[in-house]
Amino acid sequence: MQVSKEELLHIANLAKLELKDSEVEDYLKNLDNILEFSKIINNASTENLDITIGANEAKNVFRKDEVKVFEDNEDLLQNAPVKENNMFKVPKIL
Amino acid sequence: MDITELTVHELQDKLKKKELTVTQITKAYVDRINEKEKDVQAFVTVLTDEAMKQAQDIEEKINRGENKGEFEGIPIGIKDNMCTKGVKTTCSSKMLENFVSPYDATVIEKLNNENLINLGKLNMDEFAMGGSTEHSYFHNTFNPWNLNKVPGGSSGGSAAAVAANLVPWSLGSDTGGSIRQPASFCGVVGLKPTYGLVSRYGLVAFASSLDQIGPITKDVYDSAMLLNIIAGHDERDTTSANIEKKDYVKALKNDVKGLKIGIPKEFYGEGVEPDVEAKLKEAIEKYKELGAEVEEFSLDVAEYSLAAYYIVACAEASSNLGRFDGVRYTYRPKEVNGLWDLYKKARSEAFGDEVKRRIILGTYVLSSGYYDAYYKKAQKVRTLVMKEFDKAFEKYDVIITPTSPTVAFDIGGKIDDPLSMYKSDICTVSVNIAGLPGISIPCGVDSKGMPIGMQIIGNKFQEETILNAAYTYEQATKFRENYKPKC
Repeated sequence: MQVSKEELLHIANLAKLELKDSEVEDYLKNLDNILEFSKIINNASTENLDITIGANEAKNVFRKDEVKVFEDNEDLLQNAPVKENNMFKVPKIL
Repeated sequence: MDITELTVHELQDKLKKKELTVTQITKAYVDRINEKEKDVQAFVTVLTDEAMKQAQDIEEKINRGENKGEFEGIPIGIKDNMCTKGVKTTCSSKMLENFVSPYDATVIEKLNNENLINLGKLNMDEFAMGGSTEHSYFHNTFNPWNLNKVPGGSSGGSAAAVAANLVPWSLGSDTGGSIRQPASFCGVVGLKPTYGLVSRYGLVAFASSLDQIGPITKDVYDSAMLLNIIAGHDERDTTSANIEKKDYVKALKNDVKGLKIGIPKEFYGEGVEPDVEAKLKEAIEKYKELGAEVEEFSLDVAEYSLAAYYIVACAEASSNLGRFDGVRYTYRPKEVNGLWDLYKKARSEAFGDEVKRRIILGTYVLSSGYYDAYYKKAQKVRTLVMKEFDKAFEKYDVIITPTSPTVAFDIGGKIDDPLSMYKSDICTVSVNIAGLPGISIPCGVDSKGMPIGMQIIGNKFQEETILNAAYTYEQATKFRENYKPKC
């Protein structure tokens, strides 16, 4: 096993996911299989090669920083699971 | 005449000659959906009432002499990960079960500008993660050629709907093969354009450096027409390519004399079903007959690409799907104990297994200690794959491979073995890794009558070349006249 149970739970926590005890074994097995397969990239000779971040040639794309008012507040708020006075409501955090 | 059997260019001819009206066409599709959708289950949201209303409005306009566009009144179906204002966009996820986008994706704006009629939103693997559409939160979609088989994925609804004549054409999205593989499994034409040719604005992001929207159609001519509609620069997508607008229909010359075709030997042989290999060989012979120059060569990138793909795509997904937090996008768990608990419960309850698996893999390869070994190495492999393709395109105009090593598999056949599901992307992912265009067209059926797809890969922004190569083969072989799905 490349990944321990503790490590899996730590990663899940970073990703804000909760795994049930009954799921942990399956996730461990699948993660392990995929990581084992992924090792094949170590055979690729990539010395002196740069990384590729995107499929386009990297360049900065600029546009004017202009404010555009989005008028349809109601359309946005229809997706709020809980709302109050035209705002998205979240649980108390302090 | 069964209207739903016709291609879009045939529908256009009949509209022009006044042999058909816009409402007749839409009505034919509505009837077909009412009859067959229960078997195929290609849709998440059916918009038949809205479509009929829109068809009547357009027809009245045409009767008043106000008709302008050549696509006015042609129906279409949309994969459910493209934002459509006022209509649900679910990504086939519990997380977005009730999400209604406040705006239209750029591709939807373009369809609306042409007055196309949206028949509905099509089923997919949740957040486009999967190769069988079995990862939809709502229901499976069934392959019209054999209802016990998967339609492929993730754009399984888009491909099955076209194959079953529920829509005349559709839009899909392709991150690692999600247009081409289901097109192959369903015996239709699927085009993944060059990265940057079609705007991703309003496409719910899976892996931003790989995602691309493209057409799924009955034939190559329709594919070129739909690409004409959706291609073009968009300042709202910073990766959108600012290149001259082309007319892809004009590229269909029905002539491949002198076309240089490369056959990468690593994409054939082990792991490829014998029937798939045999039909590909026949297709290659056909190209020789048609005057193309064919040569075998080595392109040893398939397995590296697959591994690099799952690392890069999952890493990007883990970041992109961070926005689904239970606050803004409709799903909110019932009882929570503070904000962290809200995030965790929302994500754990509303994401499916495959999505969680990929978020965890992505988080793992990006985490300290593993970043260099996996993520950075995968990005270098990406450079390597691009360079290998660059070399190949110095010698060849197009590269031909199977789209998938197998025909459509049984429903439930791979669902418990994620790695084996991932491996069915082996022929398609390198195209996304390198940002190239690729098209899948049917090239025959196997011994059980299931369609086999051929993938034609081109150099960046050479859609004209692959469309013409596909069109010329299609005209010479007439797959649609010889084979039809059972459904």
